[in-house]
Amino acid sequence: MKKLLLATLSASALMAAQPLAAKTLVYCSEGSPENFAPSVNTTGTSFDANTQIYDTIVQFERGGTKVQPALAEKWDISPDGLTYTFHLRKGVKWHSNKNFKPTRDFNADDVMFMIERQWKEDHPFFKVTSSNHSYFNDMGMPKLLKSVEKVDDYTVKFTLNQPEAPFLSDLAMQYASVQSKEYADAMLKAGTPEKIDQEPIGTGAFYLVQYQKDAIIRYKANPDYWAGKAKIDDLVFAITPDASVRWAKLQKGECHVMPYPNPADLDAIRKDANVEILEQPGLNIGYLAYNTSKKPFDDVKVRRAVNKAINKKAIIDAVYLSSGVAAINPIPPTMWSYNETIKDDPYDPEAAKKELAEAGYPNGLEIDLWAMPVQRPYNPNAKRIAELMQADLAKVGIKAEIKTFEWGEYRKRLQAGEHQTGMFGWTGDNGDPDNFLHTLLGCDAAKNNGGNVAKFCYKPFDDLVVKAKTVTDQAEREKLYREAQVIFKEQAPWFTIAHAVQLKPVRKEVKDFKLSPFSRHVFYGVDIGK
Amino acid sequence: MLRFIFTRLSLVIPTFIGITLLAFFLVRLVPGDPIETMAGERGIDAARHAQLLTEYGLDRPLLVQYGKYIERVVQGDLGKSIVTRESVLTEFGQLFPATIELALCAILIALIVGLPAGIIAAVKRNSIFDHGVMGISLTGYSMPIFWWGLLLILLFSVQLGITPVSGRISVQYFIEPVTGFLTIDSLLAGDIDAFWSALSHLVLPAIVLGTVPLAVIARMTRSAMLEVLGEDYIRTARAKGMAPIRVVALHALRNALIPVVTVIGLQVGTLFTGAILTETIFSWPGVGKWLIEAISRRDYPVLQGGTLLLGMVVMSVNLFVDLLYGLINPRIRHAK
Repeated sequence: MKKLLLATLSASALMAAQPLAAKTLVYCSEGSPENFAPSVNTTGTSFDANTQIYDTIVQFERGGTKVQPALAEKWDISPDGLTYTFHLRKGVKWHSNKNFKPTRDFNADDVMFMIERQWKEDHPFFKVTSSNHSYFNDMGMPKLLKSVEKVDDYTVKFTLNQPEAPFLSDLAMQYASVQSKEYADAMLKAGTPEKIDQEPIGTGAFYLVQYQKDAIIRYKANPDYWAGKAKIDDLVFAITPDASVRWAKLQKGECHVMPYPNPADLDAIRKDANVEILEQPGLNIGYLAYNTSKKPFDDVKVRRAVNKAINKKAIIDAVYLSSGVAAINPIPPTMWSYNETIKDDPYDPEAAKKELAEAGYPNGLEIDLWAMPVQRPYNPNAKRIAELMQADLAKVGIKAEIKTFEWGEYRKRLQAGEHQTGMFGWTGDNGDPDNFLHTLLGCDAAKNNGGNVAKFCYKPFDDLVVKAKTVTDQAEREKLYREAQVIFKEQAPWFTIAHAVQLKPVRKEVKDFKLSPFSRHVFYGVDIGK
Repeated sequence: MLRFIFTRLSLVIPTFIGITLLAFFLVRLVPGDPIETMAGERGIDAARHAQLLTEYGLDRPLLVQYGKYIERVVQGDLGKSIVTRESVLTEFGQLFPATIELALCAILIALIVGLPAGIIAAVKRNSIFDHGVMGISLTGYSMPIFWWGLLLILLFSVQLGITPVSGRISVQYFIEPVTGFLTIDSLLAGDIDAFWSALSHLVLPAIVLGTVPLAVIARMTRSAMLEVLGEDYIRTARAKGMAPIRVVALHALRNALIPVVTVIGLQVGTLFTGAILTETIFSWPGVGKWLIEAISRRDYPVLQGGTLLLGMVVMSVNLFVDLLYGLINPRIRHAK
């Protein structure tokens, strides 16, 4: 027995020391993808797994939010902003697998398939895997699209019902990943349509070799990739749900890149000579929304008073540690049109008391303060923040009662406007300010169960963000959004808490890994050295 | 014996119904539904929500849903996961071998170490060894699995570098699953390096998962042995001049084994519960982690199916243990 144990241990020692094959990059991912159907996926984990395989017609530049050509080489936008004509790339090859060998290159039929699958309820693939095409619906496509036509094999024309400036960004999102129509037809004929979402065929930089749920995803570089073969040969996702274990694996060289480090491990990570931490404020915001449709927060003076009563710095230091920066505006500083001239409300309890008295509450008031029950990317611990806020508010005579519900219930009640104040947050979808300012603060979203949980509907603000949707000139849009942020600060529908910083521990042998503002992990363009 | 088997088997049916009832209704007591949970911050408008509930058949009265569910279960159809849209049975089939492989190794470690430790502790009652074993096993029993797992990783993987951190096998080995047991599959594939890799990945999680059963088995064996060693027939055997080792191994151990076997059977349930945490720490792709995720996503079919299948496994093991008693102790099979 002793001998066997010794043999096992010495063999395992060999294993642990054995290096990986050259040009294999191992990414310690945090979980299993839902499936390989980007049109129905809702989690970052799934998007990470899919973004290696599929392409979109336009894409975000690596490490940025700028839209650039992908499967479409170029496009024309009509002067009225209603028609988008995409000229598709020729000679783009599809992957193949044991069930399917493509007979043709990518063409307009595939783009039509991508749109119609999510749009037309009578499409044979509408309900395959799921009929819940969340992002297609959330980005307002059913209302926005008037028609999509195939002009010829390499030209597709989208006609909109109204001008929509962020439309190109919308199409660069993952839900618009193009799947092969030929593969879909073949699988439909074989009676296994769901296969296209389980054994994916794409045009992307990597093709899928093996997927074992909760264990591993293996990819190989696509030698025929239209933008040139990836610099690494093999890409492996080693699925590792526990953050501290991910760190142990990174430290040992069992993986090269890891997402979502445990804040408690950060000090140790920073000290490791083989690892560096890449950081960037993410496209997100955590905030406390005042319900502007209810007393007392229908009065802007009360909102501004509360803004001054809460010590933001103390919250960042105590709860976010080094993983958050104080938020001033409703959009993060990395986003274009961010208005850096705006000053945050100072922490000033005396001024707050005075303003409360002016608003008619010289003896203070009682409010509720909702805190979500779960940890979110933009808010690591809402209950702790609520306690800190409660203590601050007590100092100016406001008695806040902390409330919470199960997460689904919490969101539903908040969106129905049952709260007086409630914590919430957002992670951006398409890198456009519209996706924050209109989606979270516009009048449309303040209606029943909309995402505007402050129920903030203020005409001067709304006019600006609605207008910015229809203008295609970027400079003009920027001006409108900068102005909207000024009004936001004056009207104070939220106490802006923080933008979570994305921290990415990466081993030093990894070259040219770029952080994505969308928190995606894209390995095309990444190299691995000695 | 037949009558004994029949009585035991007839108890399986009500237990089975009980599990389906519990699995079905308990998960629905948790607030929120799968569609809302998937929506996250984005929310979902009421009309679409209702439409999707209808599509998944979740809008019907609970009793009707339960009836439909049982109807399908009886036909062997456990439904499809709401999240992945894969059949529950397929997913279970892919993940369960990993759990079994881990659980078997864990129980093996527990038996190999626990039984002798318990026996020696009983024979050398009140010795330093006895106090040592009992102290250590009490510590093991109270050890939080999560902490224990991380501690072992830090020591053996990070500091000493003798075991890999997590996973089932090194990423450079590409073994196609045949049986699902990687140790066996790698041997079938004739790849001895892969076999060692799979084995080295098993060591830490099996120790972690085996810790609680080991402690329980050691303590149980000790007390059962002590009881038996005080019996008259043991004194008689000793008085006959029988070798002490024969007295212990032949006369005492067999009789002491009955409560021990019971405990081993009961530990199977503990193993599956423990597997949930162990699998999460060691990124072990088994059913424990799968079920936990299903809870947070309100994936009803997975939760119902998974609970039912695991329940059946635990029931079968307990049935087997019951039958084993009969073999060990004739008094049980002949009892009315």
